Order: sequence, then C-alpha cells, then structure tokens
Amino acid sequence: MTKRTIIPFGPQHPVLPEPIHLDLVLEDELVVEAIPSIGFIHRGLEKLVEKKDFIDFVYVAERICGICSFIHGLTYCMAVEEIMKIRVPERADYLRTVWSELSRMHSHLLWMGLMADAFGFESLFMHTWRMREKILDIIENTTGGRVIFASAKVGGVRRDIDNAALKSISKSLESYEKELKEITDVFIKDSSVQHRLAGVGVLKKEQVYELGAVGPTLRASGWPIDTRKLGYAAYKNIDFEPIIETSGDSYARCVVRIKELFQSVDIIRQLAAKIPDGPIEVKITGNPDGEFFARTEQPRGEVIYYAKANGTRFLQRLRVRTPTFANIPSLVKMLPGSSLADVPVLVLTIDPCISCAER
Amino acid sequence: MAEDQKLISVKIEELPEKVRELYVSGYRLAQIGCTKTDILEINYSFDKDYNFVNLRITIPSAAVEIPSISRIYWSAFLYENEISDLYGIKIKNMAVDYKGSFYRTTVKYPFNPQNAANAGEGIPS
Repeated sequence: MTKRTIIPFGPQHPVLPEPIHLDLVLEDELVVEAIPSIGFIHRGLEKLVEKKDFIDFVYVAERICGICSFIHGLTYCMAVEEIMKIRVPERADYLRTVWSELSRMHSHLLWMGLMADAFGFESLFMHTWRMREKILDIIENTTGGRVIFASAKVGGVRRDIDNAALKSISKSLESYEKELKEITDVFIKDSSVQHRLAGVGVLKKEQVYELGAVGPTLRASGWPIDTRKLGYAAYKNIDFEPIIETSGDSYARCVVRIKELFQSVDIIRQLAAKIPDGPIEVKITGNPDGEFFARTEQPRGEVIYYAKANGTRFLQRLRVRTPTFANIPSLVKMLPGSSLADVPVLVLTIDPCISCAER
Repeated sequence: MAEDQKLISVKIEELPEKVRELYVSGYRLAQIGCTKTDILEINYSFDKDYNFVNLRITIPSAAVEIPSISRIYWSAFLYENEISDLYGIKIKNMAVDYKGSFYRTTVKYPFNPQNAANAGEGIPS
C-alpha cells in the first residue's frame, strides 16, 4: 500500500492572496483528500449589524471584501430597500449597474493576473494587471476610490456620473477592448496556458449543480445560470445572456471569465446609451421591519444577503452567503485525483475570496 | 424589482422529506443560514430557474439535535459544519463532519447564545 502523507497547504502560501488552510492527503504526488479549514480572518462583521445603524452599515458591508466591495454594498442596500419597500430612482439603478460591471471587470482581470502568476507566466500577469489599472482609473474618476467605492447607499447612490462622462467611458472602452483582446488571446490560444488549464479540475454538468456551485465555476460546466437575469438594478433593461462553456475544466472557467469581460464592456455601452435623466436617490424615513433575501451576481457568482429587521435602527440579523463559500464543496471535490503540482491552479480556479467567505 | 420568494416553515422531523422533494424537483441548494433571536431559526434556501424557496425550522436552543441534509445535498455539509462550529448546534449524520475544526475561532461556538457573553474574551483591549 502506498504511504499516505499529509501536507498542510496554507494558510500562508505564495499562491494564496488570503488565508485558507487545506490539509492535503497525498499518495505519492496524487491528492486523495482535501480537508479545508477557515476562520483565520473571521471579523464578526455579521455580528456588527446589531450595533450599527442600518443606514451606516453599508460602509461595513462594502468592507467585507476589497474586490467586490461595491456589489456587497449594493446587495445590502437592496435587502434593506426591499424590506422598507423603497423604490430606487431609475438613474441610480443604471449607475449601480455601471459600477457593478466595472467591479466585475477589475475582479476578473485581477484573477487572470493571479492565475498567470500561478502558472508561471510573469509577463502575462503584468500585462493583465496593466489593463486592470485602466479600469481602476475609471472607477477612481467616477467614485473617488479605487478599492472602496462608497457610492451605494440605501435609497440610491451617493454620486452621479454625468452623461458626457459616461459616453466618454463607453468610447474609451472601444480601444480598450482591442488591447484587451491581445492579452486574452494569449490565455485562450497559448499552448503553455492550455497545458496547465485544459483537462485540469473537471466538474461535470450534473455534478457541479449538485455541488451548489455558482458563478463562472457553474457556468463553465454548461449551466446558463446568472443572477443578473433576475433583472435587479438596470439589468432588466439590458440585452445579455449568461456566458457558458461546456468542458467544465480550469480552462473553461478561464474562458468564461474572459468572455464576461467583453460582455461587461457591452453592458456598459448599453447602459451609457440608455441611462435616463433624473434623481439619484430618495429620502429614507422610518426603520425596516421584516426580512428578505437579496441576491446579486458578483464576479465570483451569486451572493445572498439575508436581512431581518424588527422596526429599530439596528438589524436583528444579517447573514451573507458569499460565492466563495458556495464554491468550496466544488474545490473539495475536484482536488482528489489531481497532482500536487496542480493544487495551486485548482485553488485559484474558483477565484477564492476568503475575506468574503469568512466575513 | 423584488423577486417572489417562498418561505415555508417546517417541523424538524419533516425537514429531510421536504428537502428530498425539492431535490427530486431539480432545485439546487443555495444556502443554509442560522439566525439567533429568542430562539434559533435555520433557513434552508433553494433555487430553480430563479425561483427562490426557503424552508425554515426553529429550535428552542442549540442543545436540540437536528438532522443533516448532506445525504441529500452533499454540499450541505459545509453549511452544516459552519452552523455546528459557530452555534454549537448538533447535526446528526453529516456526510462530512469536521468535528469542530472547520472554523478556527478563539472562542468555541461564538454565536451560541450561552457563549455570546464570552465571545470578546480573546480580543485584546
């Protein structure tokens, strides 16, 4: 019988931007079992909701994660607005959608850079992050922040983007698209990239659905499920279809994210063309009383905010189910059978965000 | 634009059967979450074609043992380990039981009503 070895992977590891621990049970170079544990950066943010005014808590929600910060804030606002039956102005819905798509773009580009770094393609990593900088510049120009946008608020948004600036962003994304394609073509066509990603960590269509996966991890196995199709914010007015791949491997998950980059450019273009004039916020009166599960599509997949309120300034409960948490069972399932050398790629392939997962 | 969400209260002993019905109907498990008020509520959320259904059980205290649904939805084991580690709720027959080692917290069962008062002990002042 082959001798079994247990290798601790993380919480500190060069490939991990954040701490998660995996006990990898190996037989020679082959992983036979992976046992995860988290809690290294558990901050008790859900608990904080009991002591923070529900209007102010959006600042905390945005700080759950530094990558999808805006969408965290947005989803929190949506949960409270639904409980309070607040109708957000249409222009605010459009602006929320613009910033959501910019978030998706910079998150996917961040992931692509990390993945390039993980499989040892340094120049690709640098080019990808150079492209990400341009998106961060747009975010900075429109919100004043590069990580925390501080733009979502209960009842609307805190700041406007004038129509001329939106058109200018839309126009600048045309040349951006061409430059982006040069880089994404390397991910899609380069043989060394394919060698590291194709056929690695395959999740079959039926299997990934039962594992409760979300986002690109789910869509790369052929499921056209995208929470944006619920039509929240301005997505109900936008023409788009979920992007899917069918091979279910790490390469397919990469291709889904790449195609979503171009889809985001198209969505921003549609938003810039259709955005109506009008107010960007409504006045909030009273306190929330009730409960609701708000759902949105973050770059990593569906996020669920469960809010329960009892008519006071403080929510009774806020429960955040993040996409990374939902994708951990898929990771636990895909690691057995893989070689130790593929573990970093497989961990990254679900685009783990541990700050999100632990809150 | 709010989505239509169903919230169905079920008895603890009915939970596996109701979950199995959703499984057979093709729903995916979206999340399991626990809420502490005077009692403990556990919401099991499912989705199919953007139809969101929640099953809710309530238990008077964390001492009450509840059945695992991870033999129906394997991925439920992660949520159940989370609830078990944070609230100290006993969950019977989990498909994968990390026995309290999934969440590495300073205070054992930090969200358990009886332990809540001690939850800040590990934080330096």
